[in-house]
Amino acid sequence: MIKTRIIPALMAAVMALPGAAFAAGAETHIEDVAFSFEGPFGTYEKHQLQRGFQVYQEVCSACHGLKYLSFRELGSEIGPAFPTEQVKAIAALYEVADEEGEPGDTRAGRASDKFPANTGADAPDLSLMAKARAGFHGPYGSGLSQLFNGIGGPEYIYSILDGYDEEPECAADAGMEGSYNKAFAPGGYPDECKIFEMRDGNNVEVGRMAPGSWIAMPPPLDEGSVEYAMHGGEEGHAGEAPEASVEQMSEDVSAFLMWAAEPHMTDRKKSGFRNILMLLALTVLLYLSNKALWAKIKRKE
Amino acid sequence: MSGIPHDHYTPKTGIERWLHSRLPVVSLIYDVMMIPTPKNLNWMWIWGIVLAFSLILQIAVGIVLAMHYTPHVAMAFASVQHIDRDVIGGGLLRDLHANGGSLFFVAVYAHIFRGLYYGSYKAPREITWIIGILIYLAMMATAFMGYVLPWGQMSFWGATVITNLFSAIPLVGEPIVTWLWGGYSVDNPTLQRFFSLHYLLPFVIAALVAVHIWAFHTTGNGNPTGVEVRRDSMEIAKKDTVPFWPYYVIKDFFALSFILIIFAAFTWFMPDYLGHPDNYIEANPLVTPAHIVPEWYFLPFYAILRAITADTWIMFFLSPFMSAKLLGVLAMFGSIVVLALVPWLDTSRVRSGRYRPRFKWWFWLLVFDFVVLTWCGSQPAEGIVPRISAFATTYWFAYFLVILPLLGILEKPLPQPETIEADFDAHYPPKSAAVAGE
Repeated sequence: MIKTRIIPALMAAVMALPGAAFAAGAETHIEDVAFSFEGPFGTYEKHQLQRGFQVYQEVCSACHGLKYLSFRELGSEIGPAFPTEQVKAIAALYEVADEEGEPGDTRAGRASDKFPANTGADAPDLSLMAKARAGFHGPYGSGLSQLFNGIGGPEYIYSILDGYDEEPECAADAGMEGSYNKAFAPGGYPDECKIFEMRDGNNVEVGRMAPGSWIAMPPPLDEGSVEYAMHGGEEGHAGEAPEASVEQMSEDVSAFLMWAAEPHMTDRKKSGFRNILMLLALTVLLYLSNKALWAKIKRKE
Repeated sequence: MSGIPHDHYTPKTGIERWLHSRLPVVSLIYDVMMIPTPKNLNWMWIWGIVLAFSLILQIAVGIVLAMHYTPHVAMAFASVQHIDRDVIGGGLLRDLHANGGSLFFVAVYAHIFRGLYYGSYKAPREITWIIGILIYLAMMATAFMGYVLPWGQMSFWGATVITNLFSAIPLVGEPIVTWLWGGYSVDNPTLQRFFSLHYLLPFVIAALVAVHIWAFHTTGNGNPTGVEVRRDSMEIAKKDTVPFWPYYVIKDFFALSFILIIFAAFTWFMPDYLGHPDNYIEANPLVTPAHIVPEWYFLPFYAILRAITADTWIMFFLSPFMSAKLLGVLAMFGSIVVLALVPWLDTSRVRSGRYRPRFKWWFWLLVFDFVVLTWCGSQPAEGIVPRISAFATTYWFAYFLVILPLLGILEKPLPQPETIEADFDAHYPPKSAAVAGE
């Protein structure tokens, strides 16, 4: 009987994710961050989302839009949970297209609007960035590690933001465009840093001297780029905010972007528990019913 | 029905008689639900209900999704985000539909491999099998077109790769592709017609399912022994069978409920696991993804398609006649054609793999081969992948075209049970036997 379960189990096990990091010759390491929202019991941490939003607003929004996220979501109880007045005030900071005016007219945003798109600097929109990237690809590209670590979108973003480093020596005279980033795989890479070998009369690349590649985005974050607003304060007591190190800001904005991609995740998981419990109860009842029904057939002829 | 003698519905009240003389629908339902079914069916017979459930789920959820989706290149991707974020329950609808497709294919592969192992395709059930293959083809077309609708990068590029394959057809290939596209590349006309057909085909599938059920109700269900139900009389038939309702309805519901727990785990806790992150990027005809891959259920066929290159062994013989591209396309479709032909390729007199010791090894190797092909399809065609793909493709065809025909002749089968009753009693000794101290 075990055999009969093998097929669907194997089907589920061998998964479809190509290992971009293996194939391109680029080696990258994606840091596995223990985000609060990971796993079946994970939820967003509202203060982290607030800090992440602050990083987005003060740093990223200069080039990156967030066009699928509505301002009203900022007030969501299962998200950053900003108070209603603050949500309206944040919305009003942004200019959105005015539907009632001439094309090109803008007006101040309202809670019901979405964040504006931003096509400046060729920067991709960030609404779905945390779901549009995979940080983990499983052994031999099978994707099995994702069952334990998650797909790794926010981890990927974190690794990129924290992955800027000094150019390796081999690239000193290569005149590369963009900035060197240890975690970015698909960017440009100078021949000077590649290791070649002659095989069958062809010069074949067999390795690289440094991980990662050159990314078009210059390093957006510096120690203290953002002065975190105090939060978590209660009456009579000041709140607190962690130090705005590059790792902290990277982690916070990655969490914020995961939330921006999936604002209703917490509700989904809650409803998932209810559903699975109901199905379990139903399965048990049906198991017992089936057993009782077949008992006569199976034991008494 | 099924040639197995059984009770029939008799209308008793006035209303029943009125209805029965005008439209014998109650009688039809009675005959379908009460059909004598072999009593020894095991857990590999539950996939039918999972498939029926999946079809109904996909249609119901799909109809509601279609109320909020916009099939135009400028708005499709945004409309899916609108469903996810703004439509109440929209995120759930979308996750149900995407993962429902995967559930459908898990069930159909289990169902097909059940058929291959137990010889369900053998006479007199060939037509049931052929209709099943047609359902499978319609499912693949539906799933392929459905995946294009969100208009992500994989949607667009998957559509581009697969529709381009038809250009391999000599002479008429290019015009066919232009006709399919409705233009000179995958664009709005392509998206709109895919939406129309994606809505249509599930109903074609439903009709085929009705005929599929009609077919195996005519012959009677197969069973794990491959020994037919005795039809001499109603009393004797009752020794081999139980009525479908309630025994298999309840058993099927229990199995379905269990499968749904696993389905719920995916849908509610890892809805994107079986998908590809690139499909969260809006389609861009100017940017090709690093690796174009279809959804997991197409990966074995994708591997077969890519397995044929100029270097593949078979091209040594066929290169004067066709390109590697064309042979790849033919191999991909051919891998399903050989599946359709299996009732005639399998020469064994014995139906069930249970009593075919040599066959069992080759069969499980085929299952393993299918998994290997799935993995190959997911990888870039580099390194050892092309060679493994070629090997695995060769085995797939060899199983159907060489091994099955030969096995039937060369194999010595094990003794089969005389009757289904005998097989059942061997598993569940009657009380009297137990009391006698056996």
